[in-house]
Amino acid sequence: MSKKSEKFNLSEWIFTTDHKRIGVMYLIGSIAAFSVAGVMAILIRIEQSSLGPTLAADAMTAGQQYNQWLYFHGAAMILAFLIPGLTGFAANYFLPLMIGAADVAFPRINALSVWLFWAGIIVALLGFVIPDAPDIMWTGYPPYSILTGGNTAFYVFTVHLLGFASILGAVNFLVTVIYMRAPGMGWNQLNMFVWSTVTAFVIQLVFVPVLAAAVTMLLFDKYLGTHFFDPSAGGDVLLYQNLFWFYSHPAVYVILLPALGILYEVVATFSKNRIFNYKAAVYGGMWGVVLISGEVWVHHLYVSGMPDWIRIGQMISTLLISLPVGLLAISLFGTLYKGAITFELPMKYAVSCLFLFLIGGLTGIPLAITALDLHLSDTSFIHAHFHYIMGIFATFSVFAAVYYWFPKMTGKMYNDKWGTIGFWLNFIGVNVTFMPLFKIGVDGMPRRYWNYEMFPQFETWHYIAMLGALLVASGMIITILNWIMSAMNGKKSVDNPWKSKSLEWTHTVNPPGPGNFLKDVKVADDWTPYDYGK
Amino acid sequence: MKKMLTALTWIGLIMSSAIAMASDSAGVIKDPAESWKHLWMEVMIDLYIMGGIFGALAIYWLIKYRAKSPDAVGKGPKLTRSQRWAWAIVPCVLFLADDLYLGASGWSAWNVYRNVPENAMEVKVTGRMWNWEFEYEDGTTSSYDVDGDEGEKGDGLVVPVGTPVVLRMTSEDVVHSFGITEYRVKEDLMPGRITYIWFYPKKEAESWVTCTEFCGANHSRMYAPIKAVPAAKYQEWIAKRAKEEAEG
Ligand code: HEM
Ligand SMILES: [Cu+2]
Ligand SMILES: [Cu+2]
Repeated sequence: MSKKSEKFNLSEWIFTTDHKRIGVMYLIGSIAAFSVAGVMAILIRIEQSSLGPTLAADAMTAGQQYNQWLYFHGAAMILAFLIPGLTGFAANYFLPLMIGAADVAFPRINALSVWLFWAGIIVALLGFVIPDAPDIMWTGYPPYSILTGGNTAFYVFTVHLLGFASILGAVNFLVTVIYMRAPGMGWNQLNMFVWSTVTAFVIQLVFVPVLAAAVTMLLFDKYLGTHFFDPSAGGDVLLYQNLFWFYSHPAVYVILLPALGILYEVVATFSKNRIFNYKAAVYGGMWGVVLISGEVWVHHLYVSGMPDWIRIGQMISTLLISLPVGLLAISLFGTLYKGAITFELPMKYAVSCLFLFLIGGLTGIPLAITALDLHLSDTSFIHAHFHYIMGIFATFSVFAAVYYWFPKMTGKMYNDKWGTIGFWLNFIGVNVTFMPLFKIGVDGMPRRYWNYEMFPQFETWHYIAMLGALLVASGMIITILNWIMSAMNGKKSVDNPWKSKSLEWTHTVNPPGPGNFLKDVKVADDWTPYDYGK
Repeated sequence: MKKMLTALTWIGLIMSSAIAMASDSAGVIKDPAESWKHLWMEVMIDLYIMGGIFGALAIYWLIKYRAKSPDAVGKGPKLTRSQRWAWAIVPCVLFLADDLYLGASGWSAWNVYRNVPENAMEVKVTGRMWNWEFEYEDGTTSSYDVDGDEGEKGDGLVVPVGTPVVLRMTSEDVVHSFGITEYRVKEDLMPGRITYIWFYPKKEAESWVTCTEFCGANHSRMYAPIKAVPAAKYQEWIAKRAKEEAEG
């Protein structure tokens, strides 16, 4: 950083319109949400580690506090950590650098969206100080969410704020990519991460309004006496579930795509290799996912009494996701082929992600098959499945991103020894935590249960899962401390420590100043961000 | 190249439909639990093969293509136009074949799940926060409530071995779900709608139904025993229940 900006000035950060600082504020907010939601996760695991109430005096209290923790854990992890971490932090900081732009198209709107995001986090956290914290799970199904004594409004407002932040971000980034690419940069020369962000934001733009409408109707039903979801007054109980998943299934791709985008960058850099079959991955894979994302939501309603024909129809469309996802997998794995691979810390996370992706993606297949899901739905098998793909795969991709671009953001190098210790604790810990859940899920352990006195045979597995969670907790603490300490007193890094060919490394200093590039960027016709072989 | 591609495409399509049709006629499985277990094995084999291929390739490449020197660069192939298409279409055809195969197997199992045998015994199920109530064809009822008065929890669902059972289910308040691991069935209960599942108790067994849709503080305590007992014992039990009810 240049001499004069070295003194920290809070209002400069709050009122900034610089995409890099906005990116950092997204990162801080989402890691804060991750940490609080992580504490909830540990509490949940401890509560489940023994048969009876573990952290409460009686069953009623155990149930109530468990539900409040679980609500916060799920809602915060998805809405306040993964989505903003990937499309807020990573897209904000790196996308303009990758396309050679000085900033985003609408810097002030960008500032507004990070403020909305922070407001959303604060509203979510206020849930802990009000006497009637929400207890409706992140899915918020009525009639329970309407009948409950918990404060559903906090859920609705959190969704509104984070949703608006995301819609503004979507408009901003799509315009930025369309109009602000460096002269000469064609569509087939974009970084994979740029494409993944574009496709993710297209999904957000189309689907977030549906979720906003659904939760608003919830608010009206609970507080203003309407009956959208009340069958006794002509409403429809299932309407909410349909609207919710019409958004929330595509939302998993809003997480999956940028996570894959990051992995592409890391894998290409540490294999010094071009992307295997770039066009198939972009136009078939990423856009294919966008195309199918809106026709599969009923796979979350397989047991909800939907008509038979649609349960079968969407079984087929859900299975068809394997085509675009398969193309992406082949391209990502293929990028290793004939590479010159090194295993620096970001690559360790990326390699582990390849395997997590396999486990998480493949376990989606039995869930896609309606008849199999009629047993697996709402068991810990589901719980394990989406933790592998979101809770671990996508989270590790955020960690890979932070380590990969750490020198870019701070001008300093992270501490490799502590980073590696953290990595192994995290990686071993998550597998110890979530593998047992596949097993007991198939054996019938229901999801969202603190109590399982009718299945005493599951106690050992829950106990093992708790031990795993403690490993993860220690790994996470080490990792986050490592970031903070290294950002303050890490060793100075050279400008392009990984010898990447991507613009954010080749054309900017660490960290880039206002305006990003010292002189205007122009790229040649045959330039690509993955030009290693030449 | 082009010819080869067309040939491959056709082979893939024909194979997939052949496999799909073959799977339809295989076996004579009739009840949900068995179709589930059969299908599960099929899908697991599929997953292990796919996971094995990708996983093994990744490990092999990660070892084989380690950088030989710090300045080494990768030599990944630059694909020609037809190679690009081949690497898109061939995998897609293979995945499509697998999808159709799984879809067809899934569909046959699904038909078992949804077609209730003619001779099935009907039980009405009502869910409420947080207990279960069962009503038999003759109007006799049974229930189960973990927090029942004075330790009186109730008998739960008692059914005779050898008779298929169909449950017609509804809820009095919020969404619940009726899931029985033993019989591999599950379906939600909602106010204002009636949903159904059926299962076939073939042998004596005691298992649990658990509520599997989140329904509040006691969601995880909303369970009940399901007892499949010999027909004679069932008759005895239902007569006893009927008498108890008549006496109030
Ligand atoms: C690779 C293809 C995938 C398939 C076929 C698939 C299939 C499914 C199905 C059918 C369910 C619903 C099961 C049920 O509730 O009964 C489910 C649940 C879930 N999946 Fe996936 N999935 C896939 C990938 C992903 C990805 C990439 C993510 C996230 C990045 C994800 C996140 C989730 C979540 C969060 C749930 C649980 C939702 C809830 O009920 O709260 N899945 N998946
Ligand atoms: Cu989904
Ligand atoms: Cu329940």
